[in-house]
Amino acid sequence: MAATAFASGFQVESLTPSSTPLAGQPIAQLQSVTRRYGRVTALDNLNLSLYPGEVVALLGPNGAGKTTAVRLLLGLIAPTSGTVCVMKGDPRDSETRTVIGAMLQVTRVPEALRVREHIDLFRSYYPNPLPAAEIVRIARLEGLENTLFGKLSGGQKQRVLFGLALAGNPRLVFLDEPTVGMDIESRRALWEQIRALAAQGKTILLTTHYLEEADTLASRIVVIGKGKILAEGTPTQIKHRVAGRRIRCITSLDPEFIRSLPSVLSVEQDRDAIAIIATETEVVVQALLRCDPTLRGLEVSAPALEDAFLALTNADAN
Amino acid sequence: MATAVLALQPRPLGLRYYARVIAQETRYEFLKLFRAKAFSLSVIGFPVMFYVIFGLTNHHTEYARYLLASYSCFGMVGAALFGLGAGIAMERAQGWLELKQASPMPRFAYLIAKTVACAAIALITVAILLALGLTMAGVTMSALEAIELIAITLAGAVPFAAMGLLISFILPPNAGAGMINIIYLPMSYASGLWMPINMLPHWVQRLAPALPTYHYAQLALNIFGYAQPSGSMLLHWEALIGFTCLLLGAAWLVFTRSEATA
Repeated sequence: MAATAFASGFQVESLTPSSTPLAGQPIAQLQSVTRRYGRVTALDNLNLSLYPGEVVALLGPNGAGKTTAVRLLLGLIAPTSGTVCVMKGDPRDSETRTVIGAMLQVTRVPEALRVREHIDLFRSYYPNPLPAAEIVRIARLEGLENTLFGKLSGGQKQRVLFGLALAGNPRLVFLDEPTVGMDIESRRALWEQIRALAAQGKTILLTTHYLEEADTLASRIVVIGKGKILAEGTPTQIKHRVAGRRIRCITSLDPEFIRSLPSVLSVEQDRDAIAIIATETEVVVQALLRCDPTLRGLEVSAPALEDAFLALTNADAN
Repeated sequence: MATAVLALQPRPLGLRYYARVIAQETRYEFLKLFRAKAFSLSVIGFPVMFYVIFGLTNHHTEYARYLLASYSCFGMVGAALFGLGAGIAMERAQGWLELKQASPMPRFAYLIAKTVACAAIALITVAILLALGLTMAGVTMSALEAIELIAITLAGAVPFAAMGLLISFILPPNAGAGMINIIYLPMSYASGLWMPINMLPHWVQRLAPALPTYHYAQLALNIFGYAQPSGSMLLHWEALIGFTCLLLGAAWLVFTRSEATA
């Protein structure tokens, strides 16, 4: 949630639980991993450790190396150099994969099989699967068991894929854009399930384009760009990497005048209002109110994760 | 909780696990193929339709018996080329194969399942052809001959699954059935699957031994004594095994090269 605070009470962000259970042995690790595709370096000497019970969101612009990192941890590709390790094993071995579950972006799933049959098949891949009824419950597929996959809606299909990721009762779950095509209600329900999984001690690696999703779910965010880690920390820590706060108000003042106020970083017209980013918010707000008694609709908000993300990845691009 | 965590440690997978995975994978692969009407109707339907048109109209002739054997082969080749060739290419393009590869399911289970499922589809085709031949085309054969025909037809699953696998790697994703037909139909024609090979132009007859389908058809036709008099059955078996190794080798090569760049 973007920390939206009104002018009457400036707040320091304290909304996201910053529990970082980094204790104990990591369950999965990329150790100085480099991966090249021909001349393109997708990952450049990257180190990443995942610990039990944490939800890690891997963020980055397209082509940053997110998919490569996930495919390495899933054992779908081998690193050019460095070590990939899951539960002290190599994810390229079937044995190691028995503790991994994955929800990947699949454009089409065999449509002529029923939901129940897909679940039954994936359960057979794992030595200690969850009971089928449990998978149906967690993925909220009650009543859809006998439906052919092809007859499901987009959101229902995503739920089946989520169920399949959990079929083997994994300790490490990869979720690649898990809520694409879901309505708000389904999305929130899935978030609840993801939190429940983390509470059971499972590790979740989430890649998503919905920064709100990363913000509410992740206990740790890793921002990567051009194959390197740009920033790492709790959502709050990441947001604090950005200087300034956003002030929004409806005013008759000249934007040029506002730009001349101390500590103002940018001024933009935002529909009928004006959006100002400034580091010394209080000083700017006082000046605005003094100069324009008719000023209304004042809002001051902390930078959203999106602002931090853009600032971090843009700084890297320049 | 400690015991639950211990139970989830990676541990060696036993024979029983592999047997179960292969059985489940095969079962659902068959259901998937059978329920996909675009696949099952054409792969079973074409040999049956051709037999109705060309076999039943020549009822009580040698021709009806010849075509019974050759269309059985035609059915098996079609099932394998479309089932594996188009099937794997599509599942790769759609990301479904990647999801399976990320699971502990071994790759060989996937390939065995696809091969056996296609053989099962071909078995349906042979059963329909036999029923038509015996009841409506006046074909006579001993029970042993019928069993031999079924066995040799199903043995074709292996070489043509290998061919399907190779096709799936070189086929542009979503190229669909058209590209496979370009290989499947001329190859079947030139190998004498549609009409006796000595009725074909001479240059086609000379080309035929270079095709795996020719050797496959000769083995099936030999059951009824219709094989080319010059051919040796041992040589046809050897040729089929040779083609299988060649196709699998080529598939392996293409696959490892695509893995290196993927």
